[in-house]
Order: sequence, then structure tokens, then C-alpha cells
Amino acid sequence: MKYINQEQVQSKMNRRLVKNNIFKTLFALATMFGIVVLAILIIRVLTQGLAWIDMDFITGKLSTSADRAGIMGAILGTLWLMIVVIPVTLILGVATAIYLELYAPKGKFQAIIQTNIANLAGVPSIVYGLLGLTVFVRAMDLGNVVLAGGLTLSLLVLPIVIVASQEAIRAVPQHLSEASFGMGATKWQTVKNIVLPASLPGILTGSILALSRAIGETAPLTVIGIPALLIPFPGGIFDTFTIMPMQIYYWTIDSSLVSEYANLAAATIVVLLVMLFILNSIAVIIRNKFQQRY
Amino acid sequence: MTPNGDLNKESSIRHLIDEKKQKRNMSNYTERMIPGLLFLFAAISILTTIGIVYTLLTETISFFKAVPFTEFFTGTVLKPLSQNPEFGVLPLINGTIISSVIAMLVAGPIGIMTAVYLSEYATDKVRRVLKPILEVLAGIPTIVYGFFAFTFVTPVLEKIIPTLEATNILSPGIVMGVMIIPMIASLSEDAMTSVPNAMREGALALGATKLETTFRVVIPAALSGIIASFVLGISRAIGETMIVTIASGSSKNFTFDVTQSMQTMTAYIVEVSGGEAPAGSTIYYSLYAVAMTLFVFTLIMNLLARYISRKFREEY
Repeated sequence: MKYINQEQVQSKMNRRLVKNNIFKTLFALATMFGIVVLAILIIRVLTQGLAWIDMDFITGKLSTSADRAGIMGAILGTLWLMIVVIPVTLILGVATAIYLELYAPKGKFQAIIQTNIANLAGVPSIVYGLLGLTVFVRAMDLGNVVLAGGLTLSLLVLPIVIVASQEAIRAVPQHLSEASFGMGATKWQTVKNIVLPASLPGILTGSILALSRAIGETAPLTVIGIPALLIPFPGGIFDTFTIMPMQIYYWTIDSSLVSEYANLAAATIVVLLVMLFILNSIAVIIRNKFQQRY
Repeated sequence: MTPNGDLNKESSIRHLIDEKKQKRNMSNYTERMIPGLLFLFAAISILTTIGIVYTLLTETISFFKAVPFTEFFTGTVLKPLSQNPEFGVLPLINGTIISSVIAMLVAGPIGIMTAVYLSEYATDKVRRVLKPILEVLAGIPTIVYGFFAFTFVTPVLEKIIPTLEATNILSPGIVMGVMIIPMIASLSEDAMTSVPNAMREGALALGATKLETTFRVVIPAALSGIIASFVLGISRAIGETMIVTIASGSSKNFTFDVTQSMQTMTAYIVEVSGGEAPAGSTIYYSLYAVAMTLFVFTLIMNLLARYISRKFREEY
């Protein structure tokens, strides 16, 4: 007696295999969709912007005339912003991570901070802008200067740095610090001499990624109020400033009036993307080169 | 050896001991200081939350003194700058929801299909190439997407839908979807890869095809993670600012026609704060009321995502 009808199974099997293959192609196509859009975006920006990039554009001042406009002021603004963001996020982020991972008593309080950080990471960036406007620009009366923008962005990317640092610290194996304690080192000595150096690559990678997020961020700065005027080059953290994303924003929305502005925006995007690409490459290099596996 | 030398040696040892003691005292001192100092830094994150909630709340309360609560949440007309200003938030909520729905219609299916491909079908080699590229997509600043939506996607869509306005909600919605794809793909993929291989092998051994295994075994097992990734995607779409600000304009239309310009809550905040609303005016306070609404929306989404991924996680 035959229990299995070979023919029937075979015909069903074929259909199922065909279906499997069709869907496999579909999934592959869906994956390609994102990549194709990325390619279109980059090609589009390059074809539109590359022709406008020359030394005059990089080193020039802002101007209402598209031919003479340059973005040196915006580049300097971004750099000054980083001078505020880097130390603030590194100190606050790493200190918080050390506290949470190594010092905080395990319990309710630690859980509260942890949940709080997770929720902060989900707050829309524009809400941070309002916080910055209210606290730094108005209450502390800094005005719309580099320091106010930098502190706002620091708060925005702080959760990223904290979480990355926590992961890096957690990845340092217990036996390293136990050996240090065994040699008679105190807790802080162990943290300073063993845990931090071992987790440094992870911390740096996370911080660089947070930094590149800060560089591309626009929304909070529109709220703080970056004037669309031709402001002079910023020379310090108490100067008004503009940054590349803000220039892209103004040039894009004004491109319906002056069509060349769209090209200026594209050219600025190219410069911005190159900057981000360099930063991310550094992060990848650090990750691959210095990350030890224990 | 001269006695003098001995004396020197003795004093130098005594000196060393003293030095050591002093050092120990110092390090005891730091040892006690450090936790307090670190705690202060950690408290900054709590302070940030308190700061956000406090500023939003106080100014929102000032706003509701001028505009009744019910008028704000049931009003379908938003005319903050007119002679007789009206502050109904519904046009903004409508714009926000419509743009998020469009974004999720793009990002949901494509994101999950990408996740399935990466976790179930792609070889290791292919995955190692594709994942970094998707990460690049996630790392592009939103302002660049805004530029792309306004100068490329809208004109292309205009060829398909001739009635499309120069600023409309459709184009930024789609581009926002593209922006969210990597997030949904990578979170869903994480959920799928954490499904143990034994379950897949069990299904395959029973004669299921890869597709059947994926839909009947892997996806159900990873469902909590996948849904959580969707909810986070929605939260991201709700909070997204620059794409909609640039490509959807600032008309406060209360409509469901996606070819028209609509304003989202985020775009309203950009418009009003950029227009230098005088501090203390109703329109200035309306910023905070809208931001508070936005904050509550995203907070609920984020808490929901955490709840789903924790509560319904299947443990293996």
C-alpha cells in the first residue's frame, strides 16, 4: 500500500519552490530599493553640486549672489560648534556611563536613570531645540550663539554617547579589573588605568557617530534661531554663527525664487557628506584597528 | 659604608613611607570624591528630562490660560498670525499622522522584506556588503533628504500626478519612509536573527520551504521585535522635522488630500520660532503647546515599543 502519492507531492512541491523563489527575488528587490534610492540621491547631489565646488566656494563668504557665495562661515560655524559639543558630551557621557556601569548601586535608581536615557534618545530633536531656546538662549541669556547651540546639541546626542560608552565598558572582561583589584589598586585606579583604556575604542567610535549626528542636525538650530543673514565668520563660542545644514535649508527653500540656490545647496550637501564620510571612516578604522577581542 | 649613608638611607625610606601614606590619603580622598562627582554628571540626564518637561509644561499652561483646552484640541482652524487668531491643533495633528502613515506604508513593507532577506536568504558575504550601505542610508542628515524630496521626488511625482502641488505631503512622506527603512530593517533583523536556528531547522526538516519557514516560524517568533521596530519607526516619523518643513510647506490645511501642502507639528514649531515670535505672546506659547503634544505622542510610542518588546518577547 502506498501512503504517498509521489506525483501529487511533486506537483505541489514545484509550486511551493517557485513561490519560494519568487519571494526571494521580491525580498532581494526590496533590499535593493533602499540602495537604489541612496545611489540616486548621491548621483543627483553630485551632478548638481560638484560643478559649483571650487576654492572660492569653500573659502568664500556668504552672499546673496549665487556666483559669489561661499560657505567658509558655515564650515567655521560647524567647527566651533564641535569645539563645544566634543568636550561636553565626552565628559558627561563617559562619566554617566562609568557611574551607571561601575558605581551606581544596582536597584531602582539605576533603573530609573537607564529608562530615562532610553526615553531621552526618543525625544524629537526639535523639542531639544525648544529646551535650548528656553534655557540657554533666553533664561541664561546667551543669545543665539555657538555656546547655546553647542550645549543644545550636546544634550541631544548625549544619550548616544552614554549608551555606546556603557556597552564599551560592559565589554571589558571582569577578570581584567579583578586582576587590578588583586594587585591592590583602588576602584578609581582600576577604572582609570584598566577599564577606561580598554573601553576607549568603543567609546571613541560611539562618540564620533554621535558627533556626525550633531553635525548634520538642523531642526534644533532652526528653533534656537540662526539668522538667514550674512553674518561674519564666527571667532569664538560667544559669536553668532551659521552651519552647513542651515545654509542647505535656506538655499533649498529659496530655490523656488533663485534657481541657482538649489545648486548651492547641493554643493554644500557634497561638502557636508564628505565631512561625515571622513568622520565615519575614522570611526570604522578605530573600531577595526583598536578593538580587542578578549 | 659610612654611618652618614645609613642615615640617609633611613631618612629616605622614612620619606618614602611618608610619601606613600600621603599618596594613600590622597587616593582615599579621590576614592571618596569620585562617586559623588560621577553621580552629579549622571544627574544631568535626569535634569535634561526635568528641564524638557518643566519648560514645556509651564509655557503650555500659560498658553491654555489664553486659549481654552477644548478649542485647542478640537479646533480645525489654525490661523496664529491673523487678526483674530485661531489655535486649533487638529490640522497639525492631521498633517503629522498623514505624513507618518505615508512613511510607514513605504518603510514598513520594504523594511521588513529587507530584514527577511538579510536574516534568512542572504549569504554572509552579501550581508556584509549590504548592511554597511544601509547604515549609510541611516546616517544621511535629514536636511539632505529634505533637499532630495523638494528638488527631486516632488518633480518626479508631478509627472505621475499632474495635480500635485509644489509643496505637498506625499513627497516628504515617501522620503521619510526611505529614511526609516534602515531602522526598521535593522531592528527587525535583530529580532529575526535572535530566533534560534533549531526552530528553523525543525521546520525545514519537516519539509517546509524557506519561505514557509520564514512566515510560519521565524516571523511569528520574532513578532514582538518586529512590531516594536514599527512603533519606533512611527515615533521617528512623528518627530521628523526638516523633510516635512522643506517639502510640505506651511499651509495649515485640514484635509486628507495628500497632493496638497500640509503642516506637521514639527514644521509648525520651525515656522513660528523662525519667525521670531515675541516672547510672551499667545503665538509664542502655542509653540510649547504644540511641542508638548508632540512630546506626548512620541513618548507614548516609545514606551509602547518598550512595553511590546518586553512583554511579548518569546524566550527560547
